[in-house]
Amino acid sequence: MLDCTPKEYKDRKGLTINPAKTCQPVGAMYAALGIHKCLPHSHGSQGCCAYHRKFLTRHFRDPVVASTSSFTEGASVFGGGSNLKTSIKNIFEIYNPDVIAVHTTCLSETIGDDIPTYIMQSKIPEGKLVIHANTPSYQGSHMTGFSNMVKGMVRYISKNSGVANNKVNLIPGFVNPADMREVKRLTKLMKQDFIMFPDTSGVLDAPLSGKYEMYPKGGAKVSDIEDAGNSKLTLALGKFASADGAYELENKCKVLPEILKTPIGISATDRFITALKDISGNEVPYEIEEERGQLVDIMVDNHYHYHGKKVAIFGDPDLVIALTEFVISLGMIPKYVLTGTPGDTFTKEVNQMHENAGIDGKVKALGDLFTLHQWIKNESVDLLIGSTHGKYIAKAEDIPFVRIGFPILDRGVHSYMPIVGYKGAMRIIELISNALLDRQDREAADEDLELIM
Amino acid sequence: MKSNIKQKVDKLIEDYPAKVFKNRKDHIIVKDKNTEAAITANTRTIPGIMTNRGCCYAGCKGVVLGPLRDAVVLTHGPIGCGYYTWGTRRNKGRTDEDEKNLLAYCFSTDLQESDIVFGGEKKLRQAVKEAIEIFNPKALFICSTCPVGLIGDDINAVAREAEKEYGITVTAFSCEGYKGVSQSGGHHIANNGLIKNVIGKGDKEFGKYSVNVLGEYNIGGDGWEVERILKIIGYEVVSVMTGNGTVRDLENAHKATLNIVQCHRSINYIGEMMKKKYGQDWIKVNFIGIDSTIKALRDIAKYFGDENLINKTELVIAEELEDIREDMEIYKKILNGKTAALFVGGSRAHHYQHVLKDLGMETILAGYEFAHRDDYEGREVLSNIKADADSKNIEEITVEKDVDNYKVFLSKERYEKLKDEISLNYYAGLIKEMKDGSVVVDDLNHYETEEFLKILKPDVFCSGIKDKYVAHKAGIFSKQLHSYDYSGPYATFRGAVNFARDIAMGISTPAWSYVTPPWKISPSIIGTVRGND
Repeated sequence: MLDCTPKEYKDRKGLTINPAKTCQPVGAMYAALGIHKCLPHSHGSQGCCAYHRKFLTRHFRDPVVASTSSFTEGASVFGGGSNLKTSIKNIFEIYNPDVIAVHTTCLSETIGDDIPTYIMQSKIPEGKLVIHANTPSYQGSHMTGFSNMVKGMVRYISKNSGVANNKVNLIPGFVNPADMREVKRLTKLMKQDFIMFPDTSGVLDAPLSGKYEMYPKGGAKVSDIEDAGNSKLTLALGKFASADGAYELENKCKVLPEILKTPIGISATDRFITALKDISGNEVPYEIEEERGQLVDIMVDNHYHYHGKKVAIFGDPDLVIALTEFVISLGMIPKYVLTGTPGDTFTKEVNQMHENAGIDGKVKALGDLFTLHQWIKNESVDLLIGSTHGKYIAKAEDIPFVRIGFPILDRGVHSYMPIVGYKGAMRIIELISNALLDRQDREAADEDLELIM
Repeated sequence: MKSNIKQKVDKLIEDYPAKVFKNRKDHIIVKDKNTEAAITANTRTIPGIMTNRGCCYAGCKGVVLGPLRDAVVLTHGPIGCGYYTWGTRRNKGRTDEDEKNLLAYCFSTDLQESDIVFGGEKKLRQAVKEAIEIFNPKALFICSTCPVGLIGDDINAVAREAEKEYGITVTAFSCEGYKGVSQSGGHHIANNGLIKNVIGKGDKEFGKYSVNVLGEYNIGGDGWEVERILKIIGYEVVSVMTGNGTVRDLENAHKATLNIVQCHRSINYIGEMMKKKYGQDWIKVNFIGIDSTIKALRDIAKYFGDENLINKTELVIAEELEDIREDMEIYKKILNGKTAALFVGGSRAHHYQHVLKDLGMETILAGYEFAHRDDYEGREVLSNIKADADSKNIEEITVEKDVDNYKVFLSKERYEKLKDEISLNYYAGLIKEMKDGSVVVDDLNHYETEEFLKILKPDVFCSGIKDKYVAHKAGIFSKQLHSYDYSGPYATFRGAVNFARDIAMGISTPAWSYVTPPWKISPSIIGTVRGND
């Protein structure tokens, strides 16, 4: 496996090998699915839409609906205006969504299609909406695309009507529906009214009932996204995916932004709960303190399974930053930390964590898995954490592997199990411990196989 | 029944907006043996329609070039396209000794905004250099994505220079996503490039009974299963295009005697061009299904006409049949009488009808995602197909007879005798074999899928990942026939058992019995006294 990867590391200037990111539009498509009765629309060649639907479908094992402008060579030369206008007409007549959320592709961006003008020139049925986000694939990553679509939602939908609603906006970031559910559960326990958008719970984890619903029950309602302009604060969970949406709300509607880490692990969840406490003025209820106490109990009782182990973490910056902080709090050593998404703030933040914890590690943004593999070849780790593509390295170097992030294409159920909040932290500890202990069991000599661990 | 289905189909498309109705009505036919219905295919999908189709790049890089083990296939463009085709087609390939197997790698120039503005050639040149320095591959293929065509990077020039500088085959494929109307254009572009730059370069000699297997992508190990049987019978397999394939083997493909074609749609161009250039005949085979595998093996043996091969073929067929007999009986009992709808590929919606028939199942709907009319109606319609603007954008190359390597195996008399008997250089298409009253749909879309599932209520819907969970939510088992749901092989005799096992499992898994909660099934039991029954 990966036998052609040499140990000797050389800087590359032109070639990316085994990327740790993908392009903007898939993030935009995912975000758009978090609006109730919304059909994401990919303005470009058919292939983009097909690829994005495939990846999201494989990750969630649920239907992912989206349409495409089906560019041909003619549209690429003369502009995609007529394709978009035809699309909008057909989509409303055939698929009848409440909202069409258009995102661009590298193709339509390169030819410079003016989406707002095309939307203005389109016939949009009464009560229906078409929004858009520019998501050129040659900038940023799928995280940027998610962020841009959230910004688009604010720009097109949110309004400050002057009547305060006493709510808090929650922008959950590029996380699974289960994580969104968990963030909502904790907020409800804090007795704080909220508006979450986007919200893919109930959309990409819909029940099987024997009747297919193209637009399942879930998703943020347009009226709620509109009302987000009247909230007292926006909590943006994860800087890369959510901060820009929060700033947009501040600019447009004067809603104060507060940027937090994705609440993965004990400290990040503590900060999330503290923020909710401060905003709501409510005390933290016993249920939450009980969960936190259980987590601390687990961390103490199980520390010897993972304390001191070296781990390599890769994936999306918001998740990776939070995970790095969490594994440090577990006594682990995040030796290599890498994201494919560009961003100096990622490197700075993780370097700071390394420094504070006295860890001699490597950190890279805009990195690829070929680099990560070469680092590991030079000095190995005890555990690898990341999305499915890490399995090649895990196999090549025989390293236990915990799947966290996007996309996970080779295991099911993960999207139903939260990794955020105290409960999510417990689950991560279970995943990490089991991966390490399974390996110990598998490799133990008969006389060393421990019944009790 | 037939008129009933026709009415329902008419009703289904009547609900479309006028222009969409006008377009779609020619893509859907209800089979009627008394009329010769033509179907419209390989035309643009209407914008806004939720099609399953992909793009030209997907057909070129994803399908045809992707499975080659010993080549660096470098995607020139932003990161997405390369990322999405990294390992996702299940390109299984076993490493030969001291060979470089590059299948687990993804190579991209990851173009950034400045490259789009100032041109990406410099970065491409650098990427080619780095790839060759690190991997020293047998060949390097550059595949361009949408923006590359627009900014005008001369990838052919970069390839030419690199080939000169590094002394390996470096070929550029201008397979921008917007070209053509589906993946199909990309197959054609890949075929052209392989004929021009790879096939014919080798000089290894092979025996008389040597074949190339064309259009076999080794999904789930299908190609290995086909090779296994061909080798037991006594054939030499010179190359497989392109599943578990190598550039090394492809270079010698012109030395084989016969081309056998599994997927007509994606590779018939190579079959035709090799016939013209090297004199090799091709025959269409289908290794999916038991009866069809038997027919394919007998046809190949007949082509060579060697008594020993013919006898060995019968022996192998008998042995393989005996091997699977008991298992097949078990699954036939579960599956007999069930119905299937197939929407897949440019060949599989035809191929799988055979294995379903072997199991006693009936195909009530079949359609292709990116096929042409000849895949539906047979190659006899080729001369009637008018080229439109989109198909003209895909280069049509002409090849000349290669005098040094041109060999004709069959004598004129023998060719005439066999031509019809084993359908030499011919494919009959899907429609002829379908039952009266069954539905044929080209470029089936989301709305039609939903409606057909309601109208036809098949027991199994065989399609791809984008539809799979739509069917499941509607209570119908769906089997992916692109990726086989990561199972396989499904080809030949043993493959038929695997397929039967997977379909039987999917239909009968206990989960289906829990869809409706008990309190919704018999509310009337409320208030009854326990112990009375």
